[in-house]
This record gives sequence, structure tokens and C-alpha cells, in this order.
Amino acid sequence: MSALLEVDHVGMTYLVGGLLNRRVVRAVDDVSLRLEAEKPEILAVIGESGSGKTTLARMILNLARPTDGAIRFRGADLARLRGRRANMDFMRAVQPIFQNPFEAFNSLKRLDRYLFITARRFAGARGTEIAAHADRALRKVGLSLAEVQGRFPHELSGGQLQRIAIARALISSPRLIVADEPVSMVDASLRMAIVSLFRSLRDELKVSILYITHDLATAWTVADRVLIMQRGRAVESGDARAVLAHPQHPYSRLLKDSVLSPEDAG
Amino acid sequence: MLTVLRDLFRYRFEFRLGAILTGCIVAFAALSFVSPYPPQDQFVVPPDLPPSSPYWFGTTSRGQEVFWQLSFAIRNTMLFGFAVAILSRLIAVAVGLWSGYRGGLADRVLMSLNDTFIVIPLFPLLVLFYFVLRDNMSWPLLALAMASLGWAYDARLIRAVALSLKTREFTQQGVFSGMRASEIVTQEHLPYVLPIVFYTTMNNMTWSIGLEVTLSVLGFTNIDTPTVGVMIYWANQHTALVAGIWWWIAFPVLFVVILFIGLFLLAVAMNEYIDPRSRLARMGGATP
Amino acid sequence: MSAGAPQPHAVPQAQDERVLAVSDLRAWYQTRHFGVSREVRAVDGVSLQVARGEIYGLAGESSCGKSTLVKTIARAIRPPLHVVGGTVRFRFAGRERDIYALSQAELARMRWRHLSYILQGSMNVLNPVRRVRQSFVDFAYPHLDQPMPEFLALVEAHLARIRLDPAVLDSYPHALSGGMRQRVTIALASVCRPDFIIADEPTTALDVVVQKDVLGMLRAVQREIRSSMILVTHDIGVHAHVADRIGIMYAGRLVEEGPTRDVLRKARHPYTAHLVASLPRIGDDTPKQSLEGAPPNLADPPPGCRFHPRCPLATDICRKEAPPLIDVAAAHRAACWVTAPPAQHAAPGAAA
Repeated sequence: MSALLEVDHVGMTYLVGGLLNRRVVRAVDDVSLRLEAEKPEILAVIGESGSGKTTLARMILNLARPTDGAIRFRGADLARLRGRRANMDFMRAVQPIFQNPFEAFNSLKRLDRYLFITARRFAGARGTEIAAHADRALRKVGLSLAEVQGRFPHELSGGQLQRIAIARALISSPRLIVADEPVSMVDASLRMAIVSLFRSLRDELKVSILYITHDLATAWTVADRVLIMQRGRAVESGDARAVLAHPQHPYSRLLKDSVLSPEDAG
Repeated sequence: MLTVLRDLFRYRFEFRLGAILTGCIVAFAALSFVSPYPPQDQFVVPPDLPPSSPYWFGTTSRGQEVFWQLSFAIRNTMLFGFAVAILSRLIAVAVGLWSGYRGGLADRVLMSLNDTFIVIPLFPLLVLFYFVLRDNMSWPLLALAMASLGWAYDARLIRAVALSLKTREFTQQGVFSGMRASEIVTQEHLPYVLPIVFYTTMNNMTWSIGLEVTLSVLGFTNIDTPTVGVMIYWANQHTALVAGIWWWIAFPVLFVVILFIGLFLLAVAMNEYIDPRSRLARMGGATP
Repeated sequence: MSAGAPQPHAVPQAQDERVLAVSDLRAWYQTRHFGVSREVRAVDGVSLQVARGEIYGLAGESSCGKSTLVKTIARAIRPPLHVVGGTVRFRFAGRERDIYALSQAELARMRWRHLSYILQGSMNVLNPVRRVRQSFVDFAYPHLDQPMPEFLALVEAHLARIRLDPAVLDSYPHALSGGMRQRVTIALASVCRPDFIIADEPTTALDVVVQKDVLGMLRAVQREIRSSMILVTHDIGVHAHVADRIGIMYAGRLVEEGPTRDVLRKARHPYTAHLVASLPRIGDDTPKQSLEGAPPNLADPPPGCRFHPRCPLATDICRKEAPPLIDVAAAHRAACWVTAPPAQHAAPGAAA
């Protein structure tokens, strides 16, 4: 089976401090993972702040370059991508969802604009097709163009904005979506609705999803596999249910014990 | 657009006052089109008469009426200041936004250029400019020269805003929507930069008018075309203050001060209106 | 229709056991921008009471008004937010006073000594350019009426009691980790042994592992100094862990209130029920229901019950009249025409 995404012993090191007290920080340290092309799946990358999960996501999106190792998407090394053509082809296949739904869109501009531009540039749509593309994508996330047209970000809730962000990411028919803490700033009662969307994206649209999160509970409900990171290193990985039900690594165990459940009441 | 101006006029005191003051000056400048005397002509009226009827602002030692001379002077000065401000804004915005967004080599090159321009002493350079061109010196040329010297400070300011905008998530969203760098800069970032641009336009106008007055008073410009500075130059040439002809200097100074105050008030009021945060508050955005 | 809504039944508490009594509090944002007037009813008629030594959890999602409510209770609000109605009465040192009736001097004397707060961002409280010790001096020294050496000894003893290394006093805030800073903030808020502590999202910005630790410390501190507390957070798991009683807010109103265990396991209000049911849990595979729509715009809230546009149980009266908060069980109140009908009141027109 050919690989969709190969992260090969990737590391990100940088220096902090001034002239007199340099310090080496390894934000990501020798992390590897692999997603298969024929088998779409949801891989949850779990970690706390400082674990390097966001840095890893940025490298996979080609927003940052690893200092060690290589990242290959469909066999092509990301470090070799040059020119607008190659970058556009990459972005057509790999789309992001960001953490803060309120920052994801320019608050001074209308929301439908992003959908239309994506349709034009990535789906090659023209004229009336553009609105049709946008509407189709919105319906996949439970909204419609009529509800969104002409609206500004402040008129909608975090959950709705995040859904629109997902719809936008779907317009180019990507193979991989990198979601960086997509529901941590969304109300708790709306989280499951969005996270469940990921399941339908995987099953119906055959999109693989890299789900970056610190929340074990949502990872339990949707992930196929998990990768637990601590201070830049991968400490445990494997089948989601197996790892989360019976974590082996002390840090994984600590994570699981620290989860506060509504059942604790009384 | 008109409703915006009407709302501003109705609800903001600064805008009202600023609009009235500037409006008066502009109206006065517009009177120059109906002036009975061409501006270059001398001795068309009895010289050295104090303000009285029919010469409301008095007359100069060159036999010109201060009222009509001033209306030409204000018109030319305003046009000059405006031209310099617009030209230098274009350069400042282009350089600031591009270098802030692009980063890397483009940023380093542009900022080195920028800092060079900040450090260059303007006044000696402009005087040198005059001495080199002498009789070929014209107002458009001077405006061009000043515009190319007046963008550096504000470009850095705009670059700072661009840098912070680059890190915001909606910029990345734009990238992944397929927008080109030029589109992101103009469509996503420019609206955030506009308040600063507006404010610096005002600053730039007062700077360029001030510099023009200085150069003209010293005689380093084309002294045949009347501007505020040129009027003062001629007044000095005829030792007006010593001779007691105070109205020749007082009225130009008074009018230019009123113009500055008016422009300042307008800028402050427009600024608050354009500012993205107050726009959001008006649209009904997130309450504090 | 009846002249006024039926009076809500208060939680039965002896007068002298009650530390805070909020009665029909209304706080609205009133703005005028370029001729456009807007009134956002952030807190619209909230009544609650907190007993001595109790941790009252205030839960709700974004824009429900819980943060505005506690700020209003602490009298920490500024225009355009104004108190439009209702009272906030604290009982300190045997006297019950309306916080909005106090003078500035009395307010300053009361703050920190009787009423302190823990905020979400510890860097909002600790002065970044001074050592931690200085923050203690700034906040607590004026209230404790001790000479400086004795004061510092008191602070160190306090830190030792809650198992915080007194060496933190010598550090600058940025040298400490987020969790450590928050612990310092808790120590700071409790050093004067106040009667009441307001904690607004105290652990939200912290990592999961640190959060559990810090919450444990919070509860230990509270038990030790026997103060009452209002803990505001959207995280139901946190409430389950520390709160004695919990109040659920929606769109500026309290919709349910009661002992934590009862409210979470036997929720009466449809919103509470949905909120609890929609939380994912490890080991739980039941499919989760999603709730359509979004919370209402508080500048133009729907008439009647504010939840009715999204409620699966909505009936006619829900659309017209706001339901009163009434007792449904011991110390457990809910406001819903369908699940908590005020049958005993028989107010005219209240056909449930």
C-alpha cells in the first residue's frame, strides 16, 4: 500500500535566549507516523501544551520546515515543493482547520468570500458553479449557502464558524485534513456534533484526518489510532481504543487519570 | 458613503468642527477661481493699506490684495500638501505591507532602503535640490521629491501591523483558500492598516506644508507662484513686520493654522470610525 | 396575566448561614454608537444564594452571562455595563450589606479581606516586573494590620500550610510555570482568609494534568479557611469534581440549580439534560445527540422561555411566558413549564 503521509523521524530544534544564555529547544524530537492512501482514517495526536503537537501540525501543512527528518506527502518530500503550481497542488490535497473559529475568518469580511475563492482556485469553478460548490460543501456539514451568504463572522457562534471552516476545507476534495484543536474553543455541547462530522468525512468522503487535541474523551469517540506526545517525543501510539482503555506508558496513564468526568460528582 | 458622513457630522463633535473649519478654508481657496486679479500681477491696488473696506485683509507692499493672494496661496499650498501626502502614502503602504508579509530577503532589502531614507537629512537635501535645479524647479517636481523622502517612517509602522496580521489565523485561511500574496495583502490586511494610513496622511500633510513654508520663506522654491510660504517670503523681503504691515503675515499664518486644526480634527474623527474595533462594535460584534 | 411572576422559592437557609444573596439581578450593556442604541441583557433576572463554607459552581456555555454575573456580584463592572435592577447582599462579620450601597472606602476595606477573587489569567493579577512577594504586600498587607516582618511570616506560614514552597516569594512570575502561577494566585486570594472567594475559570488555561492538581489545592484551601466560593467554568467535569451545588445559566438566566450530583444525574431542565448528555466520556459508546441552533442574541432575546427555539419539548406557553425557577426536589430548582410546572401556584393563564 502506498503512503498518503509519511512523517519520517522528524524533529524541530530551535535556539532561544540572547547572546549570553543560549538554550536549545527541541519542540519535536524524532517523531514518525504514517497514513495509508487506500485506507482513510482518523489519527488523533494527543498532548498538552509544549508537547510539540502544534509544531508537528504546522510542519505537515508545510508552514514550517523540520530541522531533522523528512515529511513526504504522496511520496513527494515537502521540502522540495517549489513554485506556485506545486504549492497549489499540495494545498488542494491537504487542508487545515484551525483552533480559534473566531480568528479563522477576517472579522471585517463576509464569510462566503472564502468559500467562493476556494471554489475558484482549487475546484476550478466558474460563474454559477461557484455558489453550487459552496452550497454542496456547506450541506455536508449540516448548513446551507442560504444561511451563510452575506454574513459576517460575529453573527454566528463558534460551532457554526468551525463548521464553515470545515466546509471550506472540503471544497477542494482534499485527501488529508489537519485539524489543530478544532473544538477546544467550541462550546462543550456542540463539540460532539463537530467531531462526529469527522467520522462521516472519513467514511463517506474518504478523507483522512489528523486530529490534534488535548482532549482524550473526544479522541476516544472518533479516532482510529492515537499518538500521544510529551515534550516533543512520541511516548505511545497504536489503536485508539486499546491505548485509551489500557494505557501503558506512565505519562499516558497520568493523562487518563487526570481527566475529570461528570461522573465524579457526589 | 453619504450616510456615513452624515452620521459622523451629526454625532461626532470633532468631525463637525473639523469639517466646518476645513470646509471654510476650502471654500476660501475655491474663491481663487473668481479672483479679479491674476496672482502674478503687481500694483493692481494701492499698496500698504490696512484691513478695511473694500480691502478686507489689507494690501501688500507689492500692490496686491491680501485677500485674493491668500486664496491662491491656500489653494496651492493645500494642493501641494495633498499631492505629497497621497504619493508618499502609496509608497509607504506598498513597502510596509509587502515587506511585512513577505519577510525574508524582500523585507531586509526594503527595510535597509527604508532606514536609509529615515536617516537622510531632508532639509539640506531639498536645499541642494533647489540649487541644482534653480530655474527648472517646479512645484510638481518638488512634490515628487518630498514624497520620495516622506514615506520611510510610516512604512515601518505599517510593516509592524502587517507582521502581526501575518500571524493571525485568517491569513493562513486565505493562503489555503488559494489567495495569492498580493490578494491577501490588499484584501485581508489593508482594511486593518487604513486607520494608520489615514492618521499618517494628516501628519504627512502638515509635515509637507510646514517644510514647504520653510523652504519658501527662505526662498528655496519657485517664488513666482503664490503659496503661503511664498507670501511670507515676500513679506520678509519687504520687511513687512518692521514696516508695521502685520496683516501681510498674520492672515496667511492664521489660515494655515485653521487648516491644520481642521484637518487634525477630521483625521481623529475618521480614524475612530474606520478603526476595525469600533466598526465591529457598531456592527454588533462581540460585546466586551 | 398575573401582575408579576410567582416568587421563586429560595433555598431554605438560616439567615446567618447565608453569605451571599443575589435577588433578581439585572445587568445590561447599554451602548449608543453613532445614533444606534443597543441593549444587551447579559444578566436578566438572576436570584441565588450561597451558604457559608459552600462551593457554588456556575456553569454555562459561551455568552450565557456567567462571567458578567460574577463581575456584577463583585461590583467590578464599568459602563457600558450597568446594573438595571436587583440587589447583591453580602453577609460579612455578622452584618448583611448591599455591595452597591457601599462607599468607595468601605468597598476597598472589604476587598481582599472579605471578598477576594481568582482570575483565569494569573498574569492579570501578578505584577510581571516585581517579585511575587511584592504582590502579596500590595494586595494583603493593607488589610492584615501587622508590621511587615510579622506579615511576611504569616504569608510564609500560609504557603507552607497549603504546601507551596515559600521560595516562590522570591521569584518573578514569568519564571514560574502556568500551574505554579495559578497556585500562587490561589494562595494570594486566600491569605487574608476571606469570607468569600470568586473564582472565574481558574483552571481553564491549564493543562489537564496540572488542572487536577490545582483544583485539588483549591478545594483544600477552601476547606481550610472555610470560605464560600463561586466557581465559574464551562467545564462540567470541573464542577463535578469540586462544586457542592451547581447553577446552570442560559442566555442570562438561571435555568437549573441544586446539589451537583442531583443536577448532573437527574437533570430536570432540557438544556441541562442535553448539556450533560452531550459530553463525551472514555469508555462510553452511546451516540451523542446534537442540539440545533445557537444561543439567542441577547440584544433581542426570544419572548417567553429563552431556550424554546431549540427545545424539543417546547409548547405554546413556552413561547409566550418565561417559566419561573421553582423547587422540584430538596434544594433543587428548575425553570421549565414542561418538566417543572408550577402546579402549586395555579397562577392565572399558566396552563402547563
